[in-house]
Amino acid sequence: MSKRIKVLKTYKIFIDGKFPRTESGRYTQLKKDNLTIANVCLSSRKDIRNAVLSARNVFESWSSKSAYNRSQILYRIAEMMEGNKNQFIEELILQGEDSNKAILEINQSIDRIIYFAGWPDKINPIFGSVNPVASSHFNFTILEPMGVVGIVAPEENSLLGLISSIIPVILSGNTCVTIVSEKLPLCAISLAEVISNSDVPNGVVNIITGSKDELAPHLAQHMDVNALGINIDNKELKNQMFFQASNNLKRVVDVSKQKIEDSSFESPYIVKKFMEAKTIWHPIEKDFNSTNNY
Amino acid sequence: MSSKIKSLKYNGKWDFSPSIESIENLSIQKEYQLFINGQFQQPLAKKYFPSINPSNEQQLSRIAKAESEDVDMAVKSARVAFNGQWGKISGKERAKYIYRIARLIQEKSKELAIVETLDGGKPIRESRDIDIPLAAAHFFYYAGWADKLEYAFPNRFPKPLGVVGQIIPWNFPLMMAAWKIAPALATGNTVVLKPAESTSITALLLAEIIKEAELPPGVVNIITGDGSTGNLIVNHPDVNKIAFTGSTQVGKSIMENISGTNKRSTMELGGKAANIIFEDAPLDQAVEGVINGIYFNQGHVCCAGSRLFIQESVYDVVLRKLKDRMQSLLVGNPLDKNTDIGAVNSKQQLATIQKYIDIGVKEGADIFQLNCELPKNGYWCPPTLFTNVSQSHSIAKEEIFGPVLAVQTFRTTQEVINKANNTPYGLSAGVWTDKGSKAFNLASKLKAGVIWANTYNKFDPTSPFGGYKESGHGREGGLHGLSPYLNLE
Repeated sequence: MSKRIKVLKTYKIFIDGKFPRTESGRYTQLKKDNLTIANVCLSSRKDIRNAVLSARNVFESWSSKSAYNRSQILYRIAEMMEGNKNQFIEELILQGEDSNKAILEINQSIDRIIYFAGWPDKINPIFGSVNPVASSHFNFTILEPMGVVGIVAPEENSLLGLISSIIPVILSGNTCVTIVSEKLPLCAISLAEVISNSDVPNGVVNIITGSKDELAPHLAQHMDVNALGINIDNKELKNQMFFQASNNLKRVVDVSKQKIEDSSFESPYIVKKFMEAKTIWHPIEKDFNSTNNY
Repeated sequence: MSSKIKSLKYNGKWDFSPSIESIENLSIQKEYQLFINGQFQQPLAKKYFPSINPSNEQQLSRIAKAESEDVDMAVKSARVAFNGQWGKISGKERAKYIYRIARLIQEKSKELAIVETLDGGKPIRESRDIDIPLAAAHFFYYAGWADKLEYAFPNRFPKPLGVVGQIIPWNFPLMMAAWKIAPALATGNTVVLKPAESTSITALLLAEIIKEAELPPGVVNIITGDGSTGNLIVNHPDVNKIAFTGSTQVGKSIMENISGTNKRSTMELGGKAANIIFEDAPLDQAVEGVINGIYFNQGHVCCAGSRLFIQESVYDVVLRKLKDRMQSLLVGNPLDKNTDIGAVNSKQQLATIQKYIDIGVKEGADIFQLNCELPKNGYWCPPTLFTNVSQSHSIAKEEIFGPVLAVQTFRTTQEVINKANNTPYGLSAGVWTDKGSKAFNLASKLKAGVIWANTYNKFDPTSPFGGYKESGHGREGGLHGLSPYLNLE
């Protein structure tokens, strides 16, 4: 019997729930032992702009879903990943990880999604407050999502790092545009495939491959991006992004120093960093003899 | 004035084609056993009691009656599980088990809804849209807390209590089981739960789900029986906490029983909630809320809005709208998707409701009842309201737990606050007004654990529920629902 010819996978980017090639037509070859593993899109400024547009368009509907609904959708991502474990393990190994570490990384990634899936309806009970102002007013503070968040995912831990960059951002209702690991991009595309099959609305997560030096500044400068979550080793690039982000006062959350592999990464504080506090005043009818407050 | 108000004419009933939920694919076992240590097992004394469909008085199944030795076995297995595997696994892993339960309830929701309706008599619309989805949501919500307790109680290093005994009522059988089991598991306790005698079946289907979810044996034990079984759980020396939902009378007796022991308790007891309509309220919306407040689930709701206070200036128009709305309620086959009001849960409860209706008439209040044809078999009570009610009337003071509304009036805000708070109960209250500032004023003055403003009978796993005064203590739901299951000292 003749040997079966394997079907090779085409790795594309993920914008607005679709898998286009970069509009620029450029690519780079990912190699192992001098053999080409994949042709990876070298995305462009235009791709970034398209992705931001899509993230902005879906923000209203994603953030107005009930927290319970977002919780269940995140849980669904974990369910789908559990079913696609082998694909991720193969890619991690292909990118040079040993198999034990690959299995550990996928398991940790799934468990981390489950962990964060529990937070959407628990953030406000922890961080919100009823404020006992001295006047007769009901006064309370809630946290709301910021909007579109630009993410630069870490170079190492290509799967766990990516999950840890995206999930805490979107769980509160933000949408995101993510530039993924430049040298280890394969899992990112598979994650996009999982996300597109998990009831996550199109545009909530956008995934861009290519050169960080080239793409990250476009994200940092974009006037319709509300915040940045960056995990970058290159100090020069990082400083440049902080500088550029000032143009519309983007909040910049630098997670470079956080230990992604460590369970200490799992906390609601990383979620809170991508949220705004809103305080609401409402009068309370006064009686003849008393001032009411809560 | 009132003579000019026109009334809608209901010549004959509103005809809807029946839309009966199919029970063809349903299999209810002839006999249900006790769920102890991960296995279904016969009670040692081999005694069983019938479970009756209250809408036709036919026997659905036979349910095992747990006696002293069975209860002891259940508590022992819960203790072994607590000291063993369950006590050792991480919050993360506990969460995964609880998520499994939530997902399995969602998968089997249709079957569970039908059984809930057959066994308890509530309309399929309610079991399908409220009871079962809320039960799943409760497990899903508390699953998420299992590995996050340190954020709910910073610096307190929360620890579980141990074995908790849980006794639940017949009005929301599966939902009450979820309200009890989900937070207990999330906090790392093990459970011995007893459903109400007349509605055991969905709890036992939940036991099957728990088995399917592969929870370690003994973590959840579900044992069935009447009040005597409940008593055995309450008085078992190796139970660390009693969580009870039911009548104030039984709640008091449980508190007597556990006094002098180290047992902790949560009591979710009776109510006699005030539902208050101000003249500036959106009246149609308010009337909908009042109807839902008292006739939802045949009035078998501890937080039912059983006392209605209407501001005098709008009394006539509200009463007319209320009676009109009552005329359009459909009483009948709970399996019919059109049905608004199903069967009263048991013969005994029907007798209690009837007793109060008779007292109401005897004490001089005016009765108005929906004039409708009731099915020949089964236990039925038409939606009922009383006017000319005074604060001292029994129907205004005591919990009826049926579709009976006592209507009173008021002139000023202070008057209605006094009247509304004039009760030993304090579970919930409703306020209807267009003015937010008035709603918040009332909310701060009413002595009740839950205040609904321009809505009523809303429940959510994230929202704490529970009463002031003789409506009990402790809260279920939300972050506040965690601490009753934790040692924070």
